[in-house]
Amino acid sequence: MRFRLTEDQRALRDGVRGLLARRFDRAALRAAVDRPGRLDRALWRELGAAGFFALRLPEADGGVGLGLPETVLAFEEAGRALLPGPLVATHLAAGRVPGAAEGETVVAAVDAGGLVEWLTEADVVCGEVGGAVPLRSVDPLTPLHRVPGASAAADPVAVLLTAAEQLGTATRACELAVQHARAREQFGQPIGAFQAVKHLCAELLVRVEVARAAVYAAAVTADPVDIAAARLLADEAAVGGARDCLQVHGGMGFTWEADVHLLLKRAWLRTRRAGGGTESEELLAADLLSGGGR
Amino acid sequence: MDLADSPEDAEFRARLREWLGKVLPTLPPKPSPDDWPGRRAYDLGWQRTLYDAGYADVHWQASPGVRLIFLEETEKAGAPYVGAGFVGLLHAGPTIAAEGTAEQRARWLPPILRGEEVWCQGFSEPDAGSDLAALRTRAWRDGDDYVVSGSKIWTSHAEVADWCELLVRTDPAAPKHQGITWLAMPMDAPGITVRPLRTLAGSAEFAEVFLDEVRVPVTHRVGEENDGWRVTMVTLSFERGTAFVGEVVACRRVLGELAVEARRNGRWDDPVLRRRLGALNAEFRALWRLTQWNVSEAEAKGGLPGVGGSVFKLRYSQARQELYDTAADVLGDESLDTDRPWVHDRLSSLSYTIAAGTSQIQRNIVAERILGLPKGR
Repeated sequence: MRFRLTEDQRALRDGVRGLLARRFDRAALRAAVDRPGRLDRALWRELGAAGFFALRLPEADGGVGLGLPETVLAFEEAGRALLPGPLVATHLAAGRVPGAAEGETVVAAVDAGGLVEWLTEADVVCGEVGGAVPLRSVDPLTPLHRVPGASAAADPVAVLLTAAEQLGTATRACELAVQHARAREQFGQPIGAFQAVKHLCAELLVRVEVARAAVYAAAVTADPVDIAAARLLADEAAVGGARDCLQVHGGMGFTWEADVHLLLKRAWLRTRRAGGGTESEELLAADLLSGGGR
Repeated sequence: MDLADSPEDAEFRARLREWLGKVLPTLPPKPSPDDWPGRRAYDLGWQRTLYDAGYADVHWQASPGVRLIFLEETEKAGAPYVGAGFVGLLHAGPTIAAEGTAEQRARWLPPILRGEEVWCQGFSEPDAGSDLAALRTRAWRDGDDYVVSGSKIWTSHAEVADWCELLVRTDPAAPKHQGITWLAMPMDAPGITVRPLRTLAGSAEFAEVFLDEVRVPVTHRVGEENDGWRVTMVTLSFERGTAFVGEVVACRRVLGELAVEARRNGRWDDPVLRRRLGALNAEFRALWRLTQWNVSEAEAKGGLPGVGGSVFKLRYSQARQELYDTAADVLGDESLDTDRPWVHDRLSSLSYTIAAGTSQIQRNIVAERILGLPKGR
């Protein structure tokens, strides 16, 4: 058992992190907020050229030929950068929809619960979207439609990649909170010196680390019960982390200018994907009766 | 990332599993929780059995990965817990192995491994609490002895211990974290009084120890005089490192039993309770994965447990309490009957967020040593 990142996996993670730092930094994130509903096609093609959508596609089919663990690392970085777009749908379409693997085609999909992200920007939509109604999306970076009556079984890979994005967003929340706690001074010292703030930050990290172990393990086993567990813990880490990050930022955290709300809103949106946490909890409960507790 | 056993690990696991299957049915019945001499004999007997089979030093010599397999397989098979041997095997032994002289290692380590001597921990004091370095038990030199006076508290197994890993203040004028010395004190020395304390669970798990001019030979000092705080940090890193690993496996077993009981008594039909059990399944699966992650990291860094143990302990101590609170919901009114299973565990789980460093202290450690936040109030 060597349950830690290999050198190659570290290099892959650092590569994706570097690409996103160059092409989707904080200024780009805020620019995207200012023109909602528009996808950066050039960036999408760059992601495609870097192999982001083709990570699991066999080399014989023009893909990168890697596995779920590597894909999870890439999606974690996307979640950390708060990268917008139908990333999971396009990744799942690679090899099935022409141009998806290369990032030439933007693919949206009807989710198990009937929501569609990025419907109007997509070139191809997987699923039946007749009668789709636009929602005023809570997340300024994710346009949403609802398809009445649509419901399907959740794809475990979609659940896992969503969990990986949540893990990345949780990590970002922890980093932002700690940065602010070190820099912001009140009562003559950094607020991070006060136990009340210190303990919020410690709990942020604890949730991130527990979620990380669960998400990476699920990527290795690809077991649907492990994936359900990863999802619950990653949701908790992302939503709880963004909330605590907002609290550490105080009044500033409640403003549109601070990035914290963007983390929380995206995290909320992802908790509704693929049947939501309820479906995962029921799956994990049923597993206990089949002896899975042991 | 790899979760599969290496060929050597798989062989170790298979050999251990086969041995456990043969030896466990031959064990004597477990003594009652209040029978301290019986518990001592039972726990030491199990350690002797491990010694004879070549597994006694698995916590000290083996790689962290092998240690994890040992804890996983013994717990799954329902083997006895380390019990009265835990301070010797998990704290004092590794500390003496790392910091003791050749003579000290030869004197103290073999009896721990053979299951002949029990150790207890004399760290905490009534007025110090979580501020371990605020200890006031004094020791002064008199010829070849230290003369020790003061008192210790929350001392597990003190009634049946042969030795005590004792922290004393040897230089009262030094700053708080200096002037401390780590001693091995024989529990039969004149001047020691042990007074058992009753826990809220009703049992006597720990004791107060009063020390009135107890003489401890200078040769029993581990590390240098006044350097005991550093030695203590070595001990605590073992305590927080992998001490709870077997318990996570046990909690997963209990969770499965709870689901079966809930279906038997009809509470499984309550979706709120059912989903709570599902969420706990996620929790303990994740804690097991976190253990595997921490162990893999420790192995890569040369085997010493790191501050990741604090992250684990924070989450695990809370999860264990939630597990037994949920057990009470499964039991309903029966959760008020201390003869029912899980009720005593619920009571004892209350100590987990306090013992071995409170959750509040662990959060300070995580915030300051991992996240680099400033020290303060």
